[in-house]
Amino acid sequence: MTEMLGLMINLKEDKTMDVKRINPSKAPEILFWVGCAGSFDQRAQKITKAFVEILNAVDLDYAILGKEEMCTGDPARRSGNEFLFQMMAYNNIQTLNMYNIKKIVTTCPHCFNTIKNEYPELGGEYEVIHHTTLLQELINEGKIKMSEGGAFKGKKITYHDSCYLGRANDIYEAPRKVLETLDADLVELKRCRANGLCCGAGGAQMFKEEEKGDKGVNIERTEEALATGATTIAANCPFCITMLGDGVKNSDKEDSVQVKDIAEIINESMEK
Amino acid sequence: MLTIIQQVVFVLLAGFSIWFFIKNMKRIRRNIFLGKKEELNDDKPTRWRNVLLLAMGQKKMFKKPLVAVMHFIIYAGFIIINIEILEIILDGITGQHRMFAPFLGGFYTFLINCFEILAALVLIVCVVFLIRRNILKIPRLVTGQLSMGWPKMDGNLILILEIILMGLFLKMNAADTVLQAMDAPHYTQAGPFVVSSLLTGFFESFSMNTLIFFERTFWWLHIIGIFFFMNYLYYSKHLHIILAFPNAFYSRLTSMGQMTNMTAIQNEIKYMMQPELAPTAEAAQTEPQRFGAKDATDLSWKSLLDAYACTECGRCTDACPANQTGKKLSPRKIMMDTRDRIQVIGENIDKNGEFVDDGKTLLNDYITVEELRACTTCNACVEECPVSIEPLSIINELRRYLVMEESNSPTEWNLMFGNIENNMAPWKFSPDDRDAWAND
Ligand code: SF4
Ligand code: SF4
Repeated sequence: MTEMLGLMINLKEDKTMDVKRINPSKAPEILFWVGCAGSFDQRAQKITKAFVEILNAVDLDYAILGKEEMCTGDPARRSGNEFLFQMMAYNNIQTLNMYNIKKIVTTCPHCFNTIKNEYPELGGEYEVIHHTTLLQELINEGKIKMSEGGAFKGKKITYHDSCYLGRANDIYEAPRKVLETLDADLVELKRCRANGLCCGAGGAQMFKEEEKGDKGVNIERTEEALATGATTIAANCPFCITMLGDGVKNSDKEDSVQVKDIAEIINESMEK
Repeated sequence: MLTIIQQVVFVLLAGFSIWFFIKNMKRIRRNIFLGKKEELNDDKPTRWRNVLLLAMGQKKMFKKPLVAVMHFIIYAGFIIINIEILEIILDGITGQHRMFAPFLGGFYTFLINCFEILAALVLIVCVVFLIRRNILKIPRLVTGQLSMGWPKMDGNLILILEIILMGLFLKMNAADTVLQAMDAPHYTQAGPFVVSSLLTGFFESFSMNTLIFFERTFWWLHIIGIFFFMNYLYYSKHLHIILAFPNAFYSRLTSMGQMTNMTAIQNEIKYMMQPELAPTAEAAQTEPQRFGAKDATDLSWKSLLDAYACTECGRCTDACPANQTGKKLSPRKIMMDTRDRIQVIGENIDKNGEFVDDGKTLLNDYITVEELRACTTCNACVEECPVSIEPLSIINELRRYLVMEESNSPTEWNLMFGNIENNMAPWKFSPDDRDAWAND
C-alpha cells in the first residue's frame, strides 16, 4: 500500500515540473535564484520554466531554494526603504550561507545586481552570474546546441538592454552572443548598449503608477523596438518583459510581435 | 615697457585677482565639506586613470564626436594659450616685453605661432557654439533650466568673453608685428606670427605712437580679461574646467548598480536579529542621525562636489527616460538645485557665522517629491555625464529621507512594503506558493 502511494506520488510528480530543490546535506554546484517575478508573475513563470528545462537538459548540478527564497530587497532599497532592504538581505544571506552556497545564477537582473554588488558588504559573498552569461558559457562549451532549422532562423530579432544588466553591470556581449547562435536577423535598437533606454519599471516604478507626463516610458521604448521591424523583442529581465509586453499590446501588435526572454528563445531553439 | 607706476598697478591687480580667486575657491571647498563624510580614496591607480581618461581625455564627450572635437579645441587651446600668461605676468611685474623671446629664439616664434593658431581655432569654435545656442537652439542648451535667467546668460557670456580674449590676444600680436617691422624700441624681433600677420593691414597706416598705444591697450585689456575670467568661474558653470579633475579622481569606482550602504541601519537589523551582538546601551549612545537627505548638507561631500562641477550641458536630462516622456524630473535640475542650495547655505554661514535656519530645504523648496518619484534608477544620467557626476545618488538619498523619516510614499509602495515584510515578495501571494509554478 505504501509502495502504491509512493508510486502515485511519483506519478503525480512526473506530471509536474522536474525541479531540483535544495538538499540541506549537499550544496549544489550552482543555485538558481528564481526571484519574486519568476516565482509569482504568470508571464515570468514561463521564463523560469524555460530556464529550468534548459538546466535539466544540460544536466547541471543546480537547485532552487523554494519557499526559503525571499525578495532580495531591491524594490525596497530603490524606493528608499533601507530598513526593509537590510532585513531581507540579512535573512537571505543567512539562508544562502547556511546552505553553503558558492555560486548563484538568476534570471532577474535586479536580483543579480543586488546579490552580486550589494550583498558582499553585508556578509554575502558569492559568485553571481546572470542566466544569459550562463547560457553563453553552455553554448561555448558545446552543451547547448541549436537544432537544425531553429524556430528563429532568419527571423528579425531586436534586443533590449536592461538597465541593471547593461549600464549597472556592463554586460552587453553575452546576451548578444547567445542570440547570434540562432542564425536570426539581429537588429539593434537606436538606443542600445550603454545608451539603452529604460523600460520604465526600475527604481520600484513597477509597483506604482507612473508620474504625470506625456507618455509611458514603456510605450516610448516599445515604439522604438517596433520601429526596427523585428517580430521578436528579446529581453533579459522579467520586468522589462512585462513593460514591453504591455507596450506591444498598447500598439495592438501582440499578434505579430512577441516579447521573449533569451532563455525562452534558447529553450525553443536548442537540441534536447 | 611699463612705467614703475604701471608695474605697481599691475602687481596690485594681479595680487587682488589671485587673492579673490583663492578666497572663493576656499569657500567652495568649505561648502563641499559641509557634506557628509565618504571615503573615496582607495585604488589610486584607477582614480588617476580616470583623471587622465575622463577629465583630460574627455572620453565621455566623444559620444558626440563633432562636439567633442570642438570642445577639446577650446579646452586644450585655452590651457595651452595660458602658458603665455606666465610670460605676460612676468613681463608685467618686471616691466619688460616678451622677456622669453631672447632666451628661446626661434622656438619662441614657434610657440607664439602655436598659440595664435589655437587662439584662432578657439575663436571659431566659440562662434560655432554661440550659433548652436542661439540660432540652431540645440534643445538641451536652451530648454528647462537654461531657458532663462543667469544659466542662460552664463552660457553665452563665457563664449563671448573667450572670443574677446582671443581677439585681444591676436590684435595685440598684430600691432606688435607692425611695431617690430618699424623697429620700435623694446619691441623685440619675435615674428613672423602666422595668424596676427593677417590682421596687420588695419594697423599699418598708424603712427608708431598710436600703435604703441593700441598694443599697450590690448595688452592691458587682455590681462584684465584673464583676471576677470579667473574670478568669473566661481559664479559660473565654467567651474568645471577646474573641478572636472577632482571629480574624476573621486568618482565612485563601484558598479553603477550599487547603492551606498547605510551601516547604521545594517547594524540595527543585525542587533535586532542577534541581540547578543548589540553593544551595551551606553556604548550605543550615538548622536541621533537623519536617514537619507533632506537638505544639501545631508548629502555626501562628493554629491556637493558633483554639483559644483556640473557644466549644465543637459546630456543627463537628454538621456533620462522620465524627462523624455514628459515627467517633471530632470537630472540637470537636480544638480543645479543642489549647487544653488549649498551656495545659499554657504552664504548664510558667511553672513551669520554659523548656519541660521532659513526655513528652506533642498527637498520640497528646491526639488519636489514628484520629481523624485519619477526616477527609474536607470543610471542613464550617470552614464551620460562627461564629468563623472551622479545625479542618481542625490535622488536616492532624498528618497530615503522621504520614505524613512517622513513615511511619505505612494500608497502602492506602502502596500509593496507590507507585502515584502509579510509575504517576502512585493505582491500579495502566500510565501507557501513561491514554488507553486513547479506544480502546474
Ligand atoms: S537614473 Fe533617474 S534621473 Fe537618472 S536618467 Fe534614469 S530616471 Fe532619469
Ligand atoms: S550632471 Fe553632467 S550631464 Fe548633467 S548637466 Fe551636469 S555636467 Fe551635464
